[in-house]
Amino acid sequence: MPLTSTTPAPSSSEEIAADVPETLLPSVALPAEEPPTAMELDSQRTPKMRAQGVSVFYGDKQALKDVSIDIHDDRVTAFIGPSGCGKSTFLRTLNRMNDTIPSAKVTGHIELDGEDINSADMDVVQLRARVGMVFQKPNPFPKSIFENVAYGPRIHGLGSSKAELEQIVEKSLKRAGLWDEVKDRLSESGISLSGGQQQRLCIARAIAVDPEVILMDEPCSALDPIATAKIEELIHELRGRYAIAIVTHNMQQAARVSQRTAFFHLGEMIEYGKTSEIFTNPTQRRTQDYITGRYG
Amino acid sequence: MSSGAPARRVSPSKDSRLRKRYAAERRFRLAGLFAVGLSAFFLAFLLVNMAWKGLGGFTQYQAAIAIDFPRSDLILDPTAIKGPDAEVVIAGADIEGVLAKAASATFGPAAENMFGAAAVRSVGRQLVRDPGLLNRSVTLWLPVGSKVDVAAKQEGDAASEKLVEQLKAKSALRRTINRDFLLESDATDPSAVGIWGALKGTFLTIMVTMLLAFPVGVLAAVYLEEFATRNRWTDAIEVSINNLAAVPSIIFGLLGLAVFLNVMHLPRSAPLVGGLTLALMTMPVIVIASRNAITSVPPSIRDAALGVGASKMQVVFHHVLPLALPGILTGTIIGMARALGETAPLLMIGMRAFIAAPAHGITDPSSVLPVQIFLWSDEVDRGFVEKTSAAIIVLLLFMLLMNGLAIYLRNRFEQRW
Repeated sequence: MPLTSTTPAPSSSEEIAADVPETLLPSVALPAEEPPTAMELDSQRTPKMRAQGVSVFYGDKQALKDVSIDIHDDRVTAFIGPSGCGKSTFLRTLNRMNDTIPSAKVTGHIELDGEDINSADMDVVQLRARVGMVFQKPNPFPKSIFENVAYGPRIHGLGSSKAELEQIVEKSLKRAGLWDEVKDRLSESGISLSGGQQQRLCIARAIAVDPEVILMDEPCSALDPIATAKIEELIHELRGRYAIAIVTHNMQQAARVSQRTAFFHLGEMIEYGKTSEIFTNPTQRRTQDYITGRYG
Repeated sequence: MSSGAPARRVSPSKDSRLRKRYAAERRFRLAGLFAVGLSAFFLAFLLVNMAWKGLGGFTQYQAAIAIDFPRSDLILDPTAIKGPDAEVVIAGADIEGVLAKAASATFGPAAENMFGAAAVRSVGRQLVRDPGLLNRSVTLWLPVGSKVDVAAKQEGDAASEKLVEQLKAKSALRRTINRDFLLESDATDPSAVGIWGALKGTFLTIMVTMLLAFPVGVLAAVYLEEFATRNRWTDAIEVSINNLAAVPSIIFGLLGLAVFLNVMHLPRSAPLVGGLTLALMTMPVIVIASRNAITSVPPSIRDAALGVGASKMQVVFHHVLPLALPGILTGTIIGMARALGETAPLLMIGMRAFIAAPAHGITDPSSVLPVQIFLWSDEVDRGFVEKTSAAIIVLLLFMLLMNGLAIYLRNRFEQRW
């Protein structure tokens, strides 16, 4: 998909305007007729996860300002933006991984199937079983491939017998597209795999506990293009079975794998909409600048 | 530069600078080599010196002596030495007098005191083994007393040297392995001393230290590192622990004396109290080593476990501790090895007493190796010199064993991530 061809070529007046403070910029520089936003389109459906007015503070510093996004269960939602824009921070609020950072404070409302995930009734361990996570750097446990996948089901009491556990491991590895490569060496260390295989192992580990949502935090940033392609293919296959939210640095990747895209900048969510619209016809100036490579 | 001979890339000044740089590097390497050589020399000197002086301690000279038991003044009931009170009966008999008479009869009056406690012990054992000896005249090989032993090995006093010559001339002198040195305990006569009591005391003390300091230290480290919130209190605790690790060991001895003996009235000189005191000393070391090992576990492993829904405790016990174990074990065993060689705090809790029997439990009075070495090195009798060195060899071997164990465990559990 050509990314930049349909965006208006930057004129000289816009280049001058880039130095002018944000508030002075008229938004008329962009096409006037706005298509219905994705939020409006989705408003009839109940989202899998709904974040409303989420802010995150690290000590005194506000890392995320009043973000509201819906995540639907048959779609891949991508979060893009330059480094330090808060997209990973937002992702980590969705399964409360920020709880592990002592100075982090989260405000706002996040729902999973209508339940407040920050309420006292929500057990964080259960939440993380329902909202799984794949990290930036492949981080398999230094245990066997089998143990890596079986660990989650075991601590959650899924698969009481060995046979059941083996079944879960096989199913998860198959879904992660890794089964054929590792079926003969399940007892080998997970670390002996290549980087791309390790990341797919981590995906298998995440889906082994049968989550409803999978959060992926730049899952391909440590991988080569071929391994990246395999992960992207896998994301396509997993879509529909799980709601997927993915943070990525790589705009082409967001365009390839996602149906919804949110653009973050300096802790704010600037724009959220259909991926095709964000990339071809952004409503916000900063989105356009980022997508056309003017910064970021 | 456009014509003629190609320009030299390196100007003369640059050239000399380059030479200087290489010379500096050579000088540095030589200095390093010298430092390594010096340390190796001192180590070799220590080991060779120790072996030279100490290996003699593992051997002893024995002299052949004919004893005519029926005609001696020994009053012993052959049935009594079969019974359970054999040791008491033997101890009551005047074996020493019999040996003195036999010696002066065979080698002249100067030889009257050539046998010591070791020989008496040996005769007693042989009588218990074979009471029939009492009815026979036999020739026994018995360990000689300390003076003669020293004269035979190195240089003794004139009378003993003469006696040794005489014994050698009659080929009534031989050198054997001194098994009693490893199997017996402290004694006043250097020919009869052994280190088993001290070795056992050391072992018991270290066990008490290990059982207390390891779990407490590791749990403290885990809590501080993984569960405690960072605030002024935890900072204060951290600083205190770091300071405790640097406190001189004798202070811990005084603390042990005040708390375990004076307040809690635990038995003096016992491995229990020694172990408690050494545990106090070792714990900060274990806490620091464990915390370092725990922090070096990559956070990505914790994230991964949390991400699949493990609880905090599951993260710690399933992932963090197994990965930190090699570091924890290495730190622990190095702390233990230090405690093993510690003398000062044990002197404070009364472990310098003369204990002639090995401890049966952790509340019996006992000696420990380093204190035993300290006590022997203080003795006047020249026979103790090589016993001291021999005990040092045993202590060093014990330490070597523990450090070897540390390396083995580290390699065994080491995992890459």
